[in-house]
Amino acid sequence: MTDSLRRFFDSDIWHKFKRDPLVITAVVVGLILILSSAFAPLFAPHSPFDLKTLNLSDAFTPPAWIHEGKSQFMLGTDDQGRDVLSTIMYGSRASLVVGFAAVLLSMIVGITLGLISGYFGGALDAFIMRVADVQLSFPAILIALLISGVARVVIPNSQHDQVAIYVLIFAIAASGWVQYARTVRGSTLVERNKEYVQAARVIGRRPLAIMFSHVLPNVLGPVMVLATLHIGTAIITEATLSYLGVGMPATQPTLGTMIRIGGDFLLSGEWWILWFPGTALVILVLSINIIGDWLRDAINPKLR
Amino acid sequence: MLAFIARRLLQSILVMLTVGFIAFSLFNFVGDPVALMLPPEATQADRDEVRKSLGLDKPFYTQFAVFVQNALQGNFGISLRLGRPVSQLLAERLPATLELVGVATLLALLVGIPAGIYTALKRDHWSSKLLLTGSLVGVSLPNFLIGIFLIVIFAVWLGVLPSFGRGNTTQLGFWSTGFLTVSGLKAVILPAVTLGFFPVTLIMRLVRSEMLEVLRTDYIKFARARGLSNQAVHFGHALKNTLVPVITITGLQLGGLIAFAIITETVFQWPGMGLLFIQAVQFADIPVMAAYLCLIGFIFVTINLIVDTLYYVVDPRLRMETSSAGGH
Repeated sequence: MTDSLRRFFDSDIWHKFKRDPLVITAVVVGLILILSSAFAPLFAPHSPFDLKTLNLSDAFTPPAWIHEGKSQFMLGTDDQGRDVLSTIMYGSRASLVVGFAAVLLSMIVGITLGLISGYFGGALDAFIMRVADVQLSFPAILIALLISGVARVVIPNSQHDQVAIYVLIFAIAASGWVQYARTVRGSTLVERNKEYVQAARVIGRRPLAIMFSHVLPNVLGPVMVLATLHIGTAIITEATLSYLGVGMPATQPTLGTMIRIGGDFLLSGEWWILWFPGTALVILVLSINIIGDWLRDAINPKLR
Repeated sequence: MLAFIARRLLQSILVMLTVGFIAFSLFNFVGDPVALMLPPEATQADRDEVRKSLGLDKPFYTQFAVFVQNALQGNFGISLRLGRPVSQLLAERLPATLELVGVATLLALLVGIPAGIYTALKRDHWSSKLLLTGSLVGVSLPNFLIGIFLIVIFAVWLGVLPSFGRGNTTQLGFWSTGFLTVSGLKAVILPAVTLGFFPVTLIMRLVRSEMLEVLRTDYIKFARARGLSNQAVHFGHALKNTLVPVITITGLQLGGLIAFAIITETVFQWPGMGLLFIQAVQFADIPVMAAYLCLIGFIFVTINLIVDTLYYVVDPRLRMETSSAGGH
């Protein structure tokens, strides 16, 4: 363990990282946001899910530094009297869970299909790639919308709120697997003919073992870059779906849900309900994208 | 040439059949199709009639054939939420969406191309770097937030532009246009800027990288050696050669914009197809969802086909490649 740590601190990537203030800032800001939402129950001043502590007479309290603000609601409250700061912490938790889970799921599906497609080739490859082509010609958001729309019909109304998070994860994952499949397939096609794969084949390892324990580690680099950038996209997609009213219900707010609620009160002057979750979303996505962009350049051998 | 078009046409039909099949599955397996086709107050006799006319007793592939036949005639049943034929609803909403997408595309070209040229020619100037960084930030912003920011600035603070709706429209035959009234023109500005934001950055980056690449080629050096003015080199020779990929990407983006308009139309309550679709998703209005899917699929496939064919006509190198590569 210490050995691999030392190797990491000796690596190119670490040295590049130390010299890039932008990406260091992005990592620090991203970590602060992720940790404060992961430990929201410890840090958040209020619990937006505890109905006992909610008081409708607190609704629409402006941020603390404004004349009518109250000191216990630093960023004000929303229409139901929920503390905006706490709801942002809990809300970005839900956004992050959906984002990470969706990326993980589409990675697993995409990598598996890409490996199969690239390693075996033939009719299976042609079929998987045609499906990918058809899907790629539609924007991801439309596919995610359709899936959540169908889920709304299939799942009885009473269970909508409980399964909403799983539907969201599935919808976002289903719209994102193609990129992984294509990337992995391309690299697999190259790796398949290399000597180490042929050697493994000669000593009689099974195709599945070759694919996952020999080929996969060698195609993982570009996949990690894709995944980092995909987390940002997935969080945006989640926010968009929730904003459009087909994502998470208002009782389990995510950043997108909060923005939708805030949008209703924008014209009447209660700007903080929308403004703070919006800013949190932008900062979160921006820091993830900066890290992803940097990672892409850092591990690209052409730019060394 | 003909073989190429025929093969692409065949591919397009296959894609359309796949999309149609998904729509058909939505229609027939998700929810009760008989209930979908009829208003809730229909009698049992009506139900039997529809069941028979839908051919639900027939085998699966016959049902699909009937669905395709109906779809080709624009018959997608009746909207559950609004109780009117889906095709009629979509036809009413189509002009609004197309006008919005058209203005957004025009904006993307009129801003994106000059910005791309500028950042390529003055690549080390601070203003180009600012433009590029700005576009990266813009891409990181969710589209609906851009719309909301614009509403805050121009509708709430400045109060110069409307925050929702389409303004007054004029009916020209079946087409309702917002271009002929002042309120209609004012109403389209904010939604079009919102929708055009992403394509502007895309086209700017594309023109920039293409220009930089072309400017390094030998024929540009040769043109300079001939003593042509900068203007003639940049616009007469370099720009012309960057336009083919720009046209392709713009064409391909057009379909994406129509689908992406769902978000913009929701933010601005723009009465287009996207708003109709999102309401259909919220209310589980399957016929509208199925029809919208088919329509978007059709638009996508048609645009792809046209762009591919144009590309083939414009770029002779492709003609050599397709004989060995077998499509892409």
